[in-house]
Amino acid sequence: MLTIDVQKPLQAANGSMLLDVQLEVEAGEFIVLYGPSGAGKTTLLRILAGLTDVASGSIQVAGAEWLDSERNLNLQPRQRSVGMVFQNYALFPNMTVAGNLRYAAARGQSAEFIDHLLDITGLSKLAERKPDTLSGGQQQRVALARAIARRPSLLLLDEPLSALDPAMRRQLQDEILKIHREFRITTIMVSHDLSEIFRLANRVAVIENGRITRCGSLTDIFIEKKLSGKFKFQGILLEKKASDVVFIMTVSIGNHIVKVIATEEEAAKFQVGDPVIVSSKAFNPVLLPVSKTQ
Amino acid sequence: MDINWQPLYLTAKLAIVTTLILLLIGIPIAYALSVWKSRFKLLVQTLVSMPLVLPPTVLGFYLLLAFGRDGWLGSRLESWFDIRLVFSFEGLVIASIIYSLPFMVNPIQSGFQSLPASLHEAAQTLGKSHLSSFFHVLLPNIKPAIITATVVTFAHTIGEFGVVLMIGGSIPAETRVASIAIYDEVEALNFAAAHSYALILFVLAFVILLSVYLLNRENLRAF
Repeated sequence: MLTIDVQKPLQAANGSMLLDVQLEVEAGEFIVLYGPSGAGKTTLLRILAGLTDVASGSIQVAGAEWLDSERNLNLQPRQRSVGMVFQNYALFPNMTVAGNLRYAAARGQSAEFIDHLLDITGLSKLAERKPDTLSGGQQQRVALARAIARRPSLLLLDEPLSALDPAMRRQLQDEILKIHREFRITTIMVSHDLSEIFRLANRVAVIENGRITRCGSLTDIFIEKKLSGKFKFQGILLEKKASDVVFIMTVSIGNHIVKVIATEEEAAKFQVGDPVIVSSKAFNPVLLPVSKTQ
Repeated sequence: MDINWQPLYLTAKLAIVTTLILLLIGIPIAYALSVWKSRFKLLVQTLVSMPLVLPPTVLGFYLLLAFGRDGWLGSRLESWFDIRLVFSFEGLVIASIIYSLPFMVNPIQSGFQSLPASLHEAAQTLGKSHLSSFFHVLLPNIKPAIITATVVTFAHTIGEFGVVLMIGGSIPAETRVASIAIYDEVEALNFAAAHSYALILFVLAFVILLSVYLLNRENLRAF
């Protein structure tokens, strides 16, 4: 359990504003901070890591006090059990991939754990390479592996995939998900990408002008609740293709790909990558036993 | 022709000792200047860089006053520790350190400043102390700057003349470095000896600078 209650005046592009955030995150949760640039998302991550000071407030992580301005308590970044992936990755250029991980690992951490990390992030073959010789996606993997190398209780991701192309993004989203499932580290990620948020987050906190204006499940935040359909699925629009007078919309729902027909007017409302709801009001589904359908 | 190697040996000794001491004190000063945000920073920065523009004789003159027997520092050093800094090798070393300080500090400082702040921050979030981050992350990543600063400082100390003349004079085996020896030989109209020293310094300077550029090209390629 993570409890945050911090205040800090910020100088934003359009004048000064007060960052004033109260947030509770369950252990093992994956929460995304979403909102316009300059709203204070990165600052909040830096405050959690201890890299930026606050005017007042408190932070508790898994029962440990990290910050309590009333008692003048403010742990140094190195005293906080935190892993952070920076927007520019901040890999150490003088060390190899394995060297970066070894330097990051806590004392007494076994060499097998480093090997395991290299393995699950697909970096084993690149272990002896220097970061400068790697592609953006590979560097991102190293940054992620390094951030969890000393098994922190809180993982902070500052728009980690923003510099990558869509295909690479998808692949790395899967890896982040895999790592989150294996280690169950409470994770806070800053993201602007809706499809990414839908794939990764359990919960979304919308930050605007330094305050959390809305916080809740993906459905609460992004999907309007005007519909009363019997069947309703959330998905991501993968493709939009004109076919005669209609559009064929390809949507990924969970592990399935479905094709739905839309009018030109409806289709114009959506972009590829948008989260969508596929809903049907009046139809009569047939139920079949699973064994016979296979 | 016989060359008296003494001045060349003394020059090399002075340059090596000065460069080693400057490495030890220059790196902390450069780091402090790179992170310092106080308004006194400019003051210190200016003082460090003064030898770049100051005539060496001005520096030598004030050092002579300070180190001399009647000087504030010189009189105390002599009565308390029996150390004489004027017309001695030790005095030359101290004068050279002050004179070559900007050549060590400035390249290393810009090396530190060119590193992204996130490197140090990343080391901190990984549980590392400032000291660990300094030695394992920051220093190794400014290696080209340190190499450049070391070589240039060494070369600059070899080329010293005005300060040495003011504070060291020309005592054989003590303060008579190669640049002074050239001056003495020319004054004595002994052009052949002056030429041999001058040529050696000329070649040395060329080789040192060429190696700086070669080294930096190598280092640049690695990035």
